[in-house]
Amino acid sequence: MSAAAHSVVEPSVTSKRVAAALVVVYAVISMIPLFWIFATSFKTPPDSIAYPPKVLFTPSIEGYCNLFTTRTRQTPEYINSLPPATSFCDETTRKRNMVIAGPSNFLPRFVNSLVIAFGSTFCAVFLGTLAAYGFSRFKVPLADDLLFFILSTRMMPPIAVAIPIYLMYRELGLSDTALGMILLYTAVNVSLAVWLLKGFIDEIPREYEEAAMIDGYTRLQAFRKVVLPQATTGIAATAIFCLIFAWNEYAFASLLTSGTAQTAPPFIPTIIGEGGQDWPAVAAGTTVFLVPILVFTILLRKQLLRGITFGAVRK
Amino acid sequence: MADVSLRGVSKAFGDTQALDDLTLTIKDGEFIVLLGPTGAGKTTTLRLVAGLERPDSGSIVIDGRDVTKIAPAARDVAFVFQQYSLYPHLTVFENLAFPLRSPARKLSKDEIDRRVADVARLVRIDHKLDNKSTRLSGGEMQRVAIGRALVRKPSIYLMDEPLSSLDAKLRGDLRLELKRIQAELGSTMLYVTHDQIEAMTMADRIGILAEGRLVQIGTPREIYTEPANLHVAARLGQPAINLLPADLLPETSAPAGTKTIGARTEHLTIAKAANGHSDGTIDWVEHLGDQNHLHVTIGGRKLVTLTDPDTPFAKGDRVTIRLKTPLYFDGAGNRIVG
Repeated sequence: MSAAAHSVVEPSVTSKRVAAALVVVYAVISMIPLFWIFATSFKTPPDSIAYPPKVLFTPSIEGYCNLFTTRTRQTPEYINSLPPATSFCDETTRKRNMVIAGPSNFLPRFVNSLVIAFGSTFCAVFLGTLAAYGFSRFKVPLADDLLFFILSTRMMPPIAVAIPIYLMYRELGLSDTALGMILLYTAVNVSLAVWLLKGFIDEIPREYEEAAMIDGYTRLQAFRKVVLPQATTGIAATAIFCLIFAWNEYAFASLLTSGTAQTAPPFIPTIIGEGGQDWPAVAAGTTVFLVPILVFTILLRKQLLRGITFGAVRK
Repeated sequence: MADVSLRGVSKAFGDTQALDDLTLTIKDGEFIVLLGPTGAGKTTTLRLVAGLERPDSGSIVIDGRDVTKIAPAARDVAFVFQQYSLYPHLTVFENLAFPLRSPARKLSKDEIDRRVADVARLVRIDHKLDNKSTRLSGGEMQRVAIGRALVRKPSIYLMDEPLSSLDAKLRGDLRLELKRIQAELGSTMLYVTHDQIEAMTMADRIGILAEGRLVQIGTPREIYTEPANLHVAARLGQPAINLLPADLLPETSAPAGTKTIGARTEHLTIAKAANGHSDGTIDWVEHLGDQNHLHVTIGGRKLVTLTDPDTPFAKGDRVTIRLKTPLYFDGAGNRIVG
């Protein structure tokens, strides 16, 4: 509605085509690295480091086998004495004179990522919604200063405070715990959540809650029945931004987690195979790692778009 | 239904005195319209009765109970807002049922269904109960909003210019419908508007608000024929009352101290000048179809009055003007009872 109001003349066919072509070129350029990772995840280790690089190759799921398992080298005599291989992974592994020793750490690390990213997103959005509602509806003393203070926590790169946080976490026993990582990502995301959501909630006329309160609801009930349903777009957009940050965060994760609470980003690059980096396994890890965020983004893409253009378009 | 009183209520927002010592009692079953310009304190009065604002001083009493410090939900009032009246994420049915589904009320599902059906018939929206509330026309939305208030039986209905965002035709229809419903249910109602026609046609009593004060309250007839001062006189009547200096026309019966004479159409006798004497000139005849506005210049003053559609007057005619029992105002603007 409002976008149309700005363009007086419908753009010409030529200019539309030029614009479309530019978008396609940009998209292709951005997608090449992703495509390469995806392709590499289906290569065999020799193919992955072949020179010149192979664009056409015989696909193999060896990368995925190696991602999810650990293997040990055995003598050919020992391998021949084993019962026949039961799976494709078994077979591939044996061809390389190895046997599967057990599951790798990838799955627990992936689960850590899920728990920490979704946990911190939930906390940030929950706290952010309540704070934004408070700032939007009540006369908070020093509201402007408080909002500026909340925003100011984002004015330097979070990693600038890495050392104090590292020391603090060590003292508090939060190092390498899921709770510690959830707290940290919540703290980073909550400022974004408050600011984004305050904008969305400001747009909801307060008459709705007032009507509900007169209709026999308490303020909290009115908030739940009337404000929340209308803020879902804003909440979804905010949740995606928070989730993407927490999911992709690498610096703090590699600094503060090393074992039980390690997330996938610091884990994936450490996958080592026979004789160096196991590139197909690393690529497979990256591909699997992309799936949740891809699904989440596709599910909420409308809200995400609204979140990105938020504030740019006024009714 | 119950008596509702405001007793010496004042409310300021920052430096603005929105209400100044307002005292007003709405009797059981009475329809009171508060009339006044923007910023007169009309909406503030409603919000204070509803409990959406707390008064700085004074008290509010509903049915003998002091509710000044009580939350809106516990006051048993219904409110129709000027706009944003419906919950956009709910259907018409859910909007109407919303007050009944409040945890404070605990009505059975059958009871809710029955009352929603009744009220939907009353406001003539029963054919659109399953529509999303955002997919209604302006008139339908406002009918649902009124229905959502009527679905309960509160002590008092508070209405904040519920018809102002509608077009003229619809406003006329809903005005009648609202008055019919109020009369049928015998509801107590406090209704705010700046539209004098709504005030005149619907009110049992009209309260005129100006700058946070209740200037006058009385039946529409009283307010129209016996305005307390210039401000009240100027609020009612179409075209607006003509305010003339006391010495502009030869007038013998003006009481002592008269500074301004207020003359509405019914106070003026205008005739074509005969035998050379005239008081003024017809400036312009405004043809409205069902009636005409006559613009007359008299001693450098402009005067507007109503005349028949088949008026004999034409631009440039010289006319004589006589006053019939007009309103007299003193130097402070208060009416002198003649």
